[in-house]
Amino acid sequence: MCLAVPVKIVSIDGDEAETEIAGVRRRVSIALTPEAKVGDYVLLHTGYAIGVIDEAEAEETLKLLEEIASLSEIY
Amino acid sequence: MKFIDEYQDNELARGLAYKIAQRSTKTIRLMEFCGGHTHAILRYGIRQLVPKTVEMRSGPGCPVCVTATADLDKAIALAHLPDVIITTFGDMIRVPGSYSSLQQAKAEGADVRIVYSTIDAVEIAKANPGKSVIFIGIGFETTAPTIAASILKARQDKIKNFYVLSLNKLTPPVMKALLDSGEVKLDGIIGPGHVSVIIGSHPYEFIARDYGVACVISGFEPLDILLCIDKLVEQIEKGEPKVEIAYPRGVKPEGNRKAWQLTENVFEIGEANWRGIGIVPQSGLKVRGKYEQFDADKAFSVSPKPPREPKGCRCGDVIRGAAMPLECKLFRKVCTPESPVGPCMVSSEGACAAYYQYGTLENLQGLEVDMEQADG
Amino acid sequence: MDDCILLAHGSGGKLSHELVEKIFLPFLANPALNKLDDSAVFEASGRLAFTTDSYVVNPIFFPGGDIGKLAVCGTVNDLAMNGARPLYLSLSAIIEEGFLLSELEQIVQSVKKAAEEAEVSIIAGDTKVVNRGQADKLFITTSGVGIISPGVDISGANARVGDKVLLSGTIGDHGIAIMSQREGLRFSMTLESDCAPLNKLVSQMLEVSSSVHCLRDPTRGGLATTLNELARQSKVGVVVEEAKIPVKGEVKAACELLGLDPIYVANEGKMVAVVDPADANKILASMKKNNYGRDAAIIGEVTNEHQGKLVMKTKLGPSRIVDMLSGELLPRIC
Repeated sequence: MCLAVPVKIVSIDGDEAETEIAGVRRRVSIALTPEAKVGDYVLLHTGYAIGVIDEAEAEETLKLLEEIASLSEIY
Repeated sequence: MKFIDEYQDNELARGLAYKIAQRSTKTIRLMEFCGGHTHAILRYGIRQLVPKTVEMRSGPGCPVCVTATADLDKAIALAHLPDVIITTFGDMIRVPGSYSSLQQAKAEGADVRIVYSTIDAVEIAKANPGKSVIFIGIGFETTAPTIAASILKARQDKIKNFYVLSLNKLTPPVMKALLDSGEVKLDGIIGPGHVSVIIGSHPYEFIARDYGVACVISGFEPLDILLCIDKLVEQIEKGEPKVEIAYPRGVKPEGNRKAWQLTENVFEIGEANWRGIGIVPQSGLKVRGKYEQFDADKAFSVSPKPPREPKGCRCGDVIRGAAMPLECKLFRKVCTPESPVGPCMVSSEGACAAYYQYGTLENLQGLEVDMEQADG
Repeated sequence: MDDCILLAHGSGGKLSHELVEKIFLPFLANPALNKLDDSAVFEASGRLAFTTDSYVVNPIFFPGGDIGKLAVCGTVNDLAMNGARPLYLSLSAIIEEGFLLSELEQIVQSVKKAAEEAEVSIIAGDTKVVNRGQADKLFITTSGVGIISPGVDISGANARVGDKVLLSGTIGDHGIAIMSQREGLRFSMTLESDCAPLNKLVSQMLEVSSSVHCLRDPTRGGLATTLNELARQSKVGVVVEEAKIPVKGEVKAACELLGLDPIYVANEGKMVAVVDPADANKILASMKKNNYGRDAAIIGEVTNEHQGKLVMKTKLGPSRIVDMLSGELLPRIC
């Protein structure tokens, strides 16, 4: 099962967190990601946060994509 | 939506597609092992964006599709037991078993409920103390920790009427089984993104080391998949297969240790029965003895009739990537989403359903990378 | 009166009369209904349109509306989709024993409000009560009659090659608003159903152009199913551009969470219009002047290729076939 959606943690209450994505709020369990903090983005899968998104890596990936794409003459 | 929209950029996609076309000189075959990838590849028209030299096949990545008919028959039989509530992820209810389906059982009076999370299944157990609530536990390593967490929660809250029918399966063993069979020659594997969030990248090292097959772990947005394919093509062209992570914002080499520890606490590894493949050793999760009060297999005994496969159904071949949906004689003619013969047409991650829904693209004009310019 | 519906409310006796007089009539009163004859009598001449629909929505109260509003708008819209001016509706209610009278009153008030906005009258009605457990709270059936002006010929079979396909606004709002209320989904949002009567929007469009060929509201099955239906009925191909289809951010997010595609999610206040290309911009401008058409857009056109099928040019460029919805819209987990 692979569908996991990036959501932002807005508040934490024990092993549950209130998260938000584009105006939609959802309560999720952070039992699998106890290190998650308010403000972190986590991957949400069937009601659980399964991992914390590494924002620095996300930036790196975008840079890499832009680099690869710009090397093509199509631009 | 952050971390989604940026990876759908049109211009970057075209640039990447062009780059892949520039790199790719020989015909190669790639396989994805994740239903989410099967769905995304077809939904975003990835096959039309990559050059003809890159052939793509779908592997056994759809948890609904790989559930053995005998196991589904068992779930249906459990549904008919008195005072039982079956809870399941949505995709499962329409799959035809040997003689019936969970949806049919529901129409016949069984209490079958779709849940979006195991948390809901536990809530249902709390709310119905007089009934036995059985959760049909399908999925791969992404879902296993969530099921383990729900068993632990049930124990913590002293819930006595929650059970899991553990049909969870593991990805690296089935990859090995397919590579061993040699039925479909592969040059590269598109590694499952969210399974890898949990297990990391180390479990795939045997693929490059022992089989010389490239493996790049991919995210699910179109740019993620194109980046993954670009890296695979690069590796293959250079003849340097290895395991790479093309989804570093989600996947760390060591994965999510906490989640996996939790899983290993609750489950032990054993053999599993994969539809279309058969028994694959060390590829399934079973509830450990210390949690046997939550094990549906221990708590209930049913004897469904011997399983039978629908005539002419090639789901097994499609699951192993040995056949494309279009090669199945029943595809579209007899087997459709309204009247599915096999699971590949039911689940939206199934290859057949994805091909059916997103059309036979071969004869449609799409974005074709201009190969004339590629040599410039 | 007691505070909930009893079986006796449906038996035709005193309680039944009380129900009609105290709950229905005060809100829906009009000369025909007030007579309380066995049937409503009215005069009409010309081409008439007639339709019926049943409403079994669950939950019966949802953000942006309730089953009463839905029952009026749905039937009014069906008439409007053939270019008819809706005139009269009938309303039958099957009520489960134990249903709260206060909630019934709330729903009848919604019916009144919606009928007023659409400028229709409810001229015939019926109520039945069934035992607890034999109906899910409340089912409503409305039938409607409307009148079509001479020269107006709008039908799903009238699409012509070269026509433009217009969409009156954002898709997926209703279906997602309903889902957000379902147990187990645990998500909250400010999104409301788009449930609305579209007859005035249609009249405005027909005032500026006599070349509106087809109108259809994408209810169950969503935009994709409706466009497929039109393609089949008119024996043409339809092509749309994904990037041009308006979808609210919250709907996109909810669809991501549930693994749904907005093009298959139900709408209750939107329509598709297939029109002559020469009038497309004019019609679009008139739609945008109406509150229910403020987000209208031209999303595609009719072609003579791939007859009977809908093709969508995806955001990234490649085109794919989009089939009608098959089976139920089940949230995807994988």
